Amino acid sequence: MPLMQGTKRSFRIWRGNSSGGQFKNYEIEVDTGMVVLDAVHRVQAEHATDLAVRWNCKAGKCGSCSMEINGKPRLACMNRLSDYPDGETITIQPIKTFPVIKDLVCDVSWNFKQLKRIPPLKPKPRDADGNYRMRQQDVERIQEFRKCIECFLCQDVCHVLRDHDQKERFVGPRFMIHLANLEMHPLDCDDRIPQVKNEFGSGMCNITKCCAEVCPESINLTDNGIIPIKERVVDRFYDPIMMLLRKRQSKRA
Amino acid sequence: MSDAAELQTFEHDVLVIGAGGAGLRAAIECSKLGLDTGLVSKSLLGKAHTVMAEGGMAAALGNTDRRDNWKIHFRDTMRGGKFLNVWRMAELHAKEAPDRVRELEEWGAVFDRTEDGLISQRNFGGHRFPRLAHVGDRTGLELIRTLQHYGVHQGMHAHMECKILGLLTDGERIAGALGLWREHGRFVLFKARAIIMATGGAGRCWRVTSNSWEYSGDGYALAYDVGAELMDIEFTQFHPTGMVWPPSVRGTLVTEGVRGDGGILKNNKGERFMFGYIPERFAPETADSEEEAARWLAGDKNARRPPELLTRDVVARSIRAEVLAGRGSPHGGAFLDIASRVPAEAIKRKLPSMYHQFKELAGVDITKEPMEVGPTLHYFMGGIRVDADSQMTRVPGLFACGEASAGMHGANRLGGNSLSDLIVFGRLAGVGAKEYLDRLGSTPQPDAGQIERSKREATDILNRETGANPFVVHEKLQEMMQRYVGIVRIEDELETAIDELAKLRVEAATAKAHAAPQFNAGWHEALDLSSLLTVSEAVTRAALMRRESRGAHSRIDYEGERDEWLKYNIVIRKQPDGSMDVRKEERPEAPPELAKIAHATLDQLEGGHV
Repeated sequence: MPLMQGTKRSFRIWRGNSSGGQFKNYEIEVDTGMVVLDAVHRVQAEHATDLAVRWNCKAGKCGSCSMEINGKPRLACMNRLSDYPDGETITIQPIKTFPVIKDLVCDVSWNFKQLKRIPPLKPKPRDADGNYRMRQQDVERIQEFRKCIECFLCQDVCHVLRDHDQKERFVGPRFMIHLANLEMHPLDCDDRIPQVKNEFGSGMCNITKCCAEVCPESINLTDNGIIPIKERVVDRFYDPIMMLLRKRQSKRA
Repeated sequence: MSDAAELQTFEHDVLVIGAGGAGLRAAIECSKLGLDTGLVSKSLLGKAHTVMAEGGMAAALGNTDRRDNWKIHFRDTMRGGKFLNVWRMAELHAKEAPDRVRELEEWGAVFDRTEDGLISQRNFGGHRFPRLAHVGDRTGLELIRTLQHYGVHQGMHAHMECKILGLLTDGERIAGALGLWREHGRFVLFKARAIIMATGGAGRCWRVTSNSWEYSGDGYALAYDVGAELMDIEFTQFHPTGMVWPPSVRGTLVTEGVRGDGGILKNNKGERFMFGYIPERFAPETADSEEEAARWLAGDKNARRPPELLTRDVVARSIRAEVLAGRGSPHGGAFLDIASRVPAEAIKRKLPSMYHQFKELAGVDITKEPMEVGPTLHYFMGGIRVDADSQMTRVPGLFACGEASAGMHGANRLGGNSLSDLIVFGRLAGVGAKEYLDRLGSTPQPDAGQIERSKREATDILNRETGANPFVVHEKLQEMMQRYVGIVRIEDELETAIDELAKLRVEAATAKAHAAPQFNAGWHEALDLSSLLTVSEAVTRAALMRRESRGAHSRIDYEGERDEWLKYNIVIRKQPDGSMDVRKEERPEAPPELAKIAHATLDQLEGGHV
């Protein structure tokens, strides 16, 4: 780790609110081991006490300090200053997909509304002794999705939400993996596939995998979550053989 | 806005303040019982300190070791708490935790499994058997996410990023609360017939802490201000293993799961030092040689537990003693080594988030190198005094649960007993609130004078011309508490702390926030100062009064537990003139049947003789 005790660094931080703003330059002294969030806090304490930033755990576990650092969506608490070349000015701005409230803080309430739209787990009955039994290998599959810290960086980079603003038609990668979590949950006995297609817009995802690339928890959203449920939608609604079989079954019933 | 009638107003039957594990569980219970429920949090939903809880939740399910049962869990909890726990709370907790854990599973929580498909349980300090239901080392996230996802479908109304400035009363009874939206800085009135405080602790009073910015003790201070009592607040737990390097992450938690899964503590001479610090009380149940500890790790049920799994107070003090003796690690802690004992793949599987955290933040690969760790302020055992069964404070309509309440953990909390505390007492607070509301006659009305006072105090910070930088005042407070009210305490330092607190109070009263009220970090910091100072003073005064060393409270001038102090709780109440009344209050006698269990030998309990 390069020694940085007492050296100065420059930061360009976006300051403003919903009616507009601009980048401002700040120079602060930095110490060994500092992360970007530390730098933002030092700017706040020394130069701009009203600077708005969200943070909680400072250890990559709560997903509060999402922002764009040198144009890349990141958690500010998990990016060390030593990862950026000496002398380079580090540019910090709010995530783009959601409306800015002030400085680095965005209005992410749309995400909380999506969660409410998704029907909760519908658990099957317990075993006779009052327990549920599940195999580790079965739970591991969805434990990956349950690692999600709701930082919404995947929502931030999703083209459907970011560039095409299709929030009315697509819930975005975070909630696609939440749906995958419910769909693959060993206890769930709800049929979610029609809703995944019709209400949550699974067809909108064109598998560019940007969401998986930015995930700070390294969740493989696309390959492990989104593709499997898109396949279930295809099997149900677009596979001619399956459609024929279902038709015959329903006639028999 | 000068007229209270113009305030944005919400009306709820019950307002839950705090949206961590306890608050969410309380709000779910209230909603299930048909109450119109509001839930207020200073952050976004799902970001509370609960997400940081790593190890697991303690519940005597008996899945991993059939010999476990509620009585042994109860005994472990009382012994961990040095017998100062409220007996009934420890009993309720041990009995109800298994049902609360099973209920979480039904709501979607996906715990790690045993070979036969049941909820797996892991070893932790102070617990006789593997007892912690867990999800790798991110159990807190699983808990909060499960409650959040389940809860939003139960009808509760979540009010996010809102700071409560003051509780409102009608006579003695709770009538509501005044809040402030962080987003735009406007005030909001919550009319509520009952309030549940689930605000967590106050680790931000210290410099080295595992707690996030939210843990400023708002719940303690708000409740104290309207007449609730604080109890045993001197018991502040220093978790033995926080990160000590690099400085920017100093204090960040390193889960006890590392020790539960085989990690050992070493000094700079490479010595495994915990064998030298085994207290007499725990000696019969602790391994006395590396050979026996190794057999325990290998699964020998006749071997005793390694000393690294002694209770947190013992381990934290031992690390401090090694550092003071000049045997500390380069950055003033100890080495925690799991790399030389557990295969790399198993470490990554069992402790994925620790692996990630050290790799990203410290550039350390814990599958190859030891971690550097040291004590960090983690948890408040004391807090708002409540009735054990209903969770109601002495203020009618005011309830508290989780870390905000006192009594469950006594002088020291066992790891894993917090997550189970949240769900057991969160639920009971909801039930208590419902029972209170069923008996309540007329609806209490908030007092307009109280509202105006709270608003004025808040806006003064913005309106004054000049004043202290609130970030600087907070930093001074943290340095002061770290220095004088730390892991070991002594009379003259505690007295110095009281003088320093008086000076800081004067300075804080002039704190100035610049610019507009919208999402103004400096303003919010200044508003939190008031709670931080009240709690710091309460801890310091109680620590001065308790002239013994017990659990998390260590006095150099009064070493060791003193039996006479086992008879008392320290209770703090606000006087009409605003001063802090601190007194010893005699504890009720222990219920004989519970005392018998707590004092039984393991052979008696495991043999079913008690």
